Order: sequence, then C-alpha cells, then structure tokens
Amino acid sequence: MLQPIIAIENVSHYFGAGRLRKQILFDITTIVEPGEVVIMTGPSGSGKTTLLTLIGALRSTQSGSLKVLGQELRGGSENKLVELRRNIGYIFQAHNLLNSLRAWQNVQMSIELHSEIPASESRDRAESMLEAVGLADWATQYPSELSGGQKQRVAIARALVCNPKLVLADEPTAALDKKSGRDVVEIMHDLAKKQGSAIVLVTHDNRILDLADRIIHMEDGRLSSLDVTPLANG
Amino acid sequence: MFAIPLAWLQLKRETIRLLVALAGIGFAVILMFLQLGFQDALFESAVTLHQNLDGDIFLISPQSTSLIAMKSFPDRRLYQSMGFAGVESISPIYLGFGIWKNPFWEGPPTSQTRSILVIGMVPGDSVFLLPEVKANQAQLRLTDVVLFDRASRTEFGPITEKFEALKATGGLVKSEIESRRVEVGGLFNLGASFGADGNLITSDLNFRRIFSDRKKGLIDIGLIKLKSGADLEKTLERFKQNLPGELRTDPKKTTNQTQEDFVVGDVRVLSKKAFITLEENYWKESTAIGFIFTLGTAIGFVVGTVIVYQILYTDVTDHLAEYATLKAMGYKNRYLLSVVFQEAIILAVMGFIPGYILSIGLYNLTRNATALPIAMTLNRAILVLCLAILMCVISGSIAVRKVQDADPADIF
Ligand SMILES: Nc1ncnc2c1ncn2[C@@H]1O[C@H](COP(=O)(O)OP(=O)(O)O)[C@@H](O)[C@H]1O
Ligand SMILES: [Mg+2]
Repeated sequence: MLQPIIAIENVSHYFGAGRLRKQILFDITTIVEPGEVVIMTGPSGSGKTTLLTLIGALRSTQSGSLKVLGQELRGGSENKLVELRRNIGYIFQAHNLLNSLRAWQNVQMSIELHSEIPASESRDRAESMLEAVGLADWATQYPSELSGGQKQRVAIARALVCNPKLVLADEPTAALDKKSGRDVVEIMHDLAKKQGSAIVLVTHDNRILDLADRIIHMEDGRLSSLDVTPLANG
Repeated sequence: MFAIPLAWLQLKRETIRLLVALAGIGFAVILMFLQLGFQDALFESAVTLHQNLDGDIFLISPQSTSLIAMKSFPDRRLYQSMGFAGVESISPIYLGFGIWKNPFWEGPPTSQTRSILVIGMVPGDSVFLLPEVKANQAQLRLTDVVLFDRASRTEFGPITEKFEALKATGGLVKSEIESRRVEVGGLFNLGASFGADGNLITSDLNFRRIFSDRKKGLIDIGLIKLKSGADLEKTLERFKQNLPGELRTDPKKTTNQTQEDFVVGDVRVLSKKAFITLEENYWKESTAIGFIFTLGTAIGFVVGTVIVYQILYTDVTDHLAEYATLKAMGYKNRYLLSVVFQEAIILAVMGFIPGYILSIGLYNLTRNATALPIAMTLNRAILVLCLAILMCVISGSIAVRKVQDADPADIF
C-alpha cells in the first residue's frame, strides 16, 4: 500500500503558558491517503484551523507524531518546514493574493519557488492554470479588479499550479455567495482529482459535503470520523 | 532567480506613497547637496585669491591667521630675500578693508556703503595670474585709479554695466573708497568670499593714499618668484638659513609640512601650497563653519532616514498579511528581507535623481545671487548618492524587523 500523505498520531496542542495554558487538541489520530478528499466539519472554536496549521507546517507540533508527505514535522528544523510548505497548496478563507501583482504574477509567485520549472515556461504555465480555473481572460487583472469568486479561483490556481500532493483549504467559501462558493469548491475538487492531490477541506457548508471521500468531525478538540458514506448529491 | 520584481511592483502600486517618499528623499538629498556645496564653496572662495597669486614663496607676519586678519611686517625681510640664490623677483602686497560707496545708489537718502578688500601692488610687478589684471595694470600708475572685481557682490553697485556703458563714450566710473574719490580703470574676475564681499586692485601708492594711516615699509604679503628651474625645497632651506632670527616650527606639523611652513624671526615663510592650506585651515578649524555645515548635512541625513523609515514601515505593515502568505507558500525570511532592502535602494536612487537635478538648479541660483564659486562636482554627487543609499539601508534595516511579525499561522 502507498505511504499515506498525512499520518497523525496522538497529536495534542496547547496554547498559552503557565496557568493560562489551555489544551486545544486532544490525542488526534488519523490518516489521509494520496488523492483522498477529506472534509472536516465542526463548530467554530473546536480546533479545526489549529489542526490545519499543524498539518501545513505553519505551527510547530508539540506532542505526538505528525508525518506529512513522509516527513516527521515534530522537531523539524525551520528550513525543513519551509521546504515542505513548497509542496503543499494552501487556500485560505480570505484569498490573500498579493495586491500589487496581476493574476498571472500571483500564480507565478508559486512557480518561482520550484527551480525545476524553467523560467521560460513559467508564464505559460501560470496562464494555462488560470485558464483551467476559467480566468483565461482575466490573467492580467489586479486582484482589486476581480470579484470575490474570481479572486478565490486565482488563489486555487496559485495553490495547484505546481501539482502539490496535498491541498489544505480552510473555509474557502466563507466569503462567497452560495453559487460561486459551490463553483469554487468544484473547480478545486476537479483539478485536485485530476492531479491526484489529496485535499483536506474545512467547511461549514453542508451543501458541498457530497464532494468528500470521507468526512471527519471536530468537537472540542477531539476528532471523530463519521465513516458514513456521503449522500450522493445530498 | 526571482523573475517578478516584487519590490518595485509594490512601490509602483502605491503611487502617492511613492511620490511622497521620493519627495522626502529628494528633500534630504537637496539639503545635503546644499550644505556640502556651501562648505566647499566657502573653502574654495577663501583661497581663490591665493590661487591666483603669481608667486612660489610667500612671506607673512607670524601673527597673520587669514586674509581677513592680516598683520603687517617690515618689507626689509622681503628685500633681503632678493639676494638668495634661486629667487627671480619679489613683490610687496598690501591688503586692507575699506568702505566703498555705491556711486549709483538711488534708494533712501543715506548712501549705500560696504566693506571691500583693497589689494595694493606695484604696478610694474606681475602679482596676479589673471590676464585682465596684467592687461590693465598700467592704468594703476595713474593717481586714484583702481581695478574692480566684476564678481563682487551686487551691493557695490552696477559697476561692471556702467563701466562697459561709459567706455564707449570715453567716460569712467567714479566712486569713493574710505571717502577718497577713485576712478575705475578696468575690471578683473576674482570672486567674493565669505571674508570679502568684493575686491579692488590698486597701486601701492594709491593704497597708501586710501589708507593714509598705513606706514610705508610695512607690507601684508611678500610674494617671491623663483627662477625657472630653481628647486623650491632648496630655496626654502636658504630662507631658513639666511633670514635673521630664531627658527620656529609648529611641533604638531610633520617634517614635510614644516619644510614649507616655518617662522624665522619676525616672518613666516610659506610655499604657495602651504599658504593655501593655512587659509583653508583657518576657516575649517578656527571657525564654526565646518561644524555648522557638517551638522546641516547630518540633519538632512537624519530627516531622510526618518522619512524613508516611515514609508518602509507603513509599506511592510500594509503588506504583512501578504508576507505571511508568502511565508506559508514556502518563501524564506531572507526573501522578504531582500524585498524590503530592494525597496530601500530603489527609493534611494529614484529620490536622488530629482534631488540631484534640483540641486544643480539651486547651485546656479546661489552662484548668481552670492558670487560664490558653488557648482556640482562628481565627487560630491557620488558622496551624496552614497549617503542617500546608506540612509535608505539604515531605515530599511530598522523596518525589516517588522517582517519577522509576519506569522504564516495567523492567516488561516
Ligand atoms: N494563537 C492562539 N492563541 C491562543 N488561543 C488560540 C490561538 N488560536 C486559536 N486559539 C484558540 O483555540 C481554539 C481553537 O481555535 P481554532 O483552531 O481557530 O478553531 P476553529 O478553526 O475550529 O474555529 C479557540 O478556542 C481559539 O480561541
Ligand atoms: Mg477556523
């Protein structure tokens, strides 16, 4: 069997120090397989974002074992963590595009981290990725000239342009209306499936649960796997 | 490696902020240019007269500290030196400040007067390297005739214009110096200095007519010309040996310096180079001028640093979420630091250019208004460019600390 993309074992997490120290995550254990689409649900404040930042190597792991793309994150050097981030696609709640850059340049910022992609190809590659998210005609716009849904699609192009093995998305539809929210998640889902990328997606939106291969549920820092098969087109 | 010039694109995107930054840096650059320019002009104007004297060795009183504070000494010493091997000729020079009356003043009833430097010389001697003086000095044989420096300040009156206008009709400009009527027999070009607003040249006889209390036999500068091929050092050595009195040298000076600058008895002997250095050092060390201009330059530097810091800090703060995003994507801190430093260098160079151009214009204005020899030099341009870059790099290195605040964990 293939090595899992994410292997979490007994991960706990605390915020604060001394008497204010508070446990947020309790003994999290789960596995995400290559290409798997996992949706994480749960009430606000239950620790979903915290878990996502741990998986994304944006926060250091305090206890337990967390392996992402085959690499143990706990105790990893800052340099190693930064290198690892280059192989993960991030999609944030707010689009977080660079406002001074045009759409294609935003996508290219991601390509430039990958020296294996020749500079001569990078612009073409950025533009074809924008075409894939339906923004072929918008490549030279600045973020301020795009709608919320369009911006989030640029962010998806940026996250996926280098074929990451793992995509992390934290409530990517929160700032969007119902229709464009669904569109954005579908685009992300289809592209990731095509590239064979695994997705961990946090959402409150029940209408997109049907896109998941597996749904996990977070409550008060504890994870429960809802191993129910998602409703077909529920 | 990085094809997207993020630093430049970020600066360009905020046009207003960029313009404010450039205005601020340009202002600091102009301030530094003006201060340094004034200082150089001052030191240069202070020695214009020295540089234009046609001599190799100079005698002055040991108590003389600068052209504006000359003490007379007996001309005997000068005539003695005529007998030293290697000496070709000698000339006495007389210096005095006299009150000049603007003869064309039409303002309020009181007349306009101003102090002018009067230089007395023997009409048959070659004292100045200025061709106009050589051409006109025969005029000085006439009683109460003076040559006027056309680069004198305008307060002395429109002497140059009137001189040219009257020349056609055979008339002469008449004026008063120290209440004595004189005629302007010709013009020359020397320039005002901080010490003297203008210059007059006249004969030794006329000089004593103007300054009637000056005793015969007392001179201010003794100018000595060497025979062609005579060795300066050897001749100076003869002055050391042969002038009467005790030899004294400044213990703070090096042997090389005391070879060209020493006191024997009641005169100080200087090479032309040492004579110029003496005057420069007076202005640099015995007055607050050097300090004031250095302080002015430093203020320009500090103002510029603060402005650039403000701009860079605001810029980093505004882009903090974007920088955090870049960190999350896998960019290292080093990249973000380089972006901030690139912005700093871009600002420095872009702000320098308009500041440089405006400074040239201000130099021209100042030159026309003050008759000071102020002009842009390559050395000063390079110095100020370096200061501007240093200014931006210092502010950049304070502003980059803010980049550490960009925490990728905060943006999810
Ligand atoms: N940087 C932090 N410092 C202290 N407490 C935090 C921090 N980030 C999150 N928390 C707390 O951790 C808990 C879980 O937060 P979070 O992971 O953001 O939940 P969710 O994403 O499920 O809404 C919340 O109670 C929140 O207040
Ligand atoms: Mg959250």
